[in-house]
Amino acid sequence: MRRATIYRLLVVAAAIGLLEVLCLTGVIDKITMQAPHLIVRDLFRMLVSGRLNGAIMKTLTNTLLALGLALSVGIVVGAILHRYRALRDTLDPLFATYYAVPIFAFYPFFLVVFGLGDLPQILIAFMLGVVAVIVNTLNGLDRVPTVLLKTARIMRLSSMDTALRMTLPAAAPYILTGIKLAVAYAFIGVIGSEFIMSRGGIGYEISFAYTSFDNATMYPLIVLILLASITINAGLSRWEERLLARRGLR
Amino acid sequence: MTASMNASRWSGLRNASVLIAALLVLWQVLYWWVGDVALASPLATFRYTERLVTGETFGMHAYDTLRAFTIAFTLSVVIGLAVGFWLGFAKLAGDVLEPMVVAVYAIPKLTLYPILLLAFGLGLSAKVAFGVLHGVIPIILFTLTAVRNTKPILIKTGKVHKLSPGQTVRWILFPAAVPEIFTGLRVGFSLTLIGSLLAEMFASQRGLGYLLMTGIGLHNVELIMSVTLLIIVFAAGVSTLLLHIDHRLHRRT
Repeated sequence: MRRATIYRLLVVAAAIGLLEVLCLTGVIDKITMQAPHLIVRDLFRMLVSGRLNGAIMKTLTNTLLALGLALSVGIVVGAILHRYRALRDTLDPLFATYYAVPIFAFYPFFLVVFGLGDLPQILIAFMLGVVAVIVNTLNGLDRVPTVLLKTARIMRLSSMDTALRMTLPAAAPYILTGIKLAVAYAFIGVIGSEFIMSRGGIGYEISFAYTSFDNATMYPLIVLILLASITINAGLSRWEERLLARRGLR
Repeated sequence: MTASMNASRWSGLRNASVLIAALLVLWQVLYWWVGDVALASPLATFRYTERLVTGETFGMHAYDTLRAFTIAFTLSVVIGLAVGFWLGFAKLAGDVLEPMVVAVYAIPKLTLYPILLLAFGLGLSAKVAFGVLHGVIPIILFTLTAVRNTKPILIKTGKVHKLSPGQTVRWILFPAAVPEIFTGLRVGFSLTLIGSLLAEMFASQRGLGYLLMTGIGLHNVELIMSVTLLIIVFAAGVSTLLLHIDHRLHRRT
């Protein structure tokens, strides 16, 4: 496993090195992409100057709000649907096709109803993320071993205790999978809405920089989002592995 | 067996009709609540859709989307299966690259669209690239897992029969992995479609996604709703069909 980690770092380093060489030799021209070391330098300068801190904070806050909403609603709805089989069977085709539908098409509707503020963006991000959480919560609850529930009954746990001490921990690794997807979807929702129409935020700044050929702003911002989502994801994956290892599943 | 299958098919049909009816009612109620500014009623949308579909320009946009999607999905399947089988077979390569593929699965790929635009320009190749970027990952991951989880006894049986590596793939690994691979293709279908549509929305001058953006820009509610409806019907129809085949493949094993 350690050997694989070393090789992985080498692959990443080689890819960045290749980009660097291609950019410096002019195979990839300056208008298309800047060399990786310049992107890092620009990102550093941008963060130190604080020029875009407002936009960054706005996007991160909205993403976090949407994520929190998607998680709480998704897990509760998942738990309810798990109880009511008929309702779940009815909604199944909706879940199966949900992610082939461009949710952004609902953005103008939200704009008209709620105005050009943060709420429409949060709602779009919420709509994108919530179904991933529901589906994975259902999946996790399906896989709770019956023996745990029987044990809970023998111990005469109340239904609240059963949920908190047995069902939730047993389903946690699967719910985490949903959370990881919801993180990505929350970012996509907020940034995509900012691309389409907004008054600020990282997505707005990226598309503004794109239309004015300002690569020194565009690439650092893209890299910043990628870094943020990969960091959050790696953290969640590590947590997931710990949970699975504790259960002897990995 | 047949009786129970028929029963499940009927209940599936009933579920789908109940869902469609419920969504239509919800739509109508929402329309009454928010009014003409933000929503078109179901009836008005159906009428507009009819006019749109029979209109002149629609064929061109639909053809453009379908062409980009077909190319993107074909590429996703070919690349996804090839990489998936390779990473499933080669232990070290799989261990090294799988977490990276998973990481790419979870990044918000929409943020990459300006880069793709700069690299490919406005048009077909950017759409295809964006579709493949979305669709290829689930196909790789499902294929990889399926190949890795093939029961060792099957592979041993192949060795006993002295099958060549090519024959092992053809007669043992592929049939054993088909149900899982198909699930990957089903997920890949949805994501390729959404990928090419997103590319059209943000980076194109033709296609259904572009039509959608035009509707958003002009605030033409009927146009937005009609295009969304058409996309939903197409996506839901194909997804339901694929889901049906998926369930049958999984039941067989």
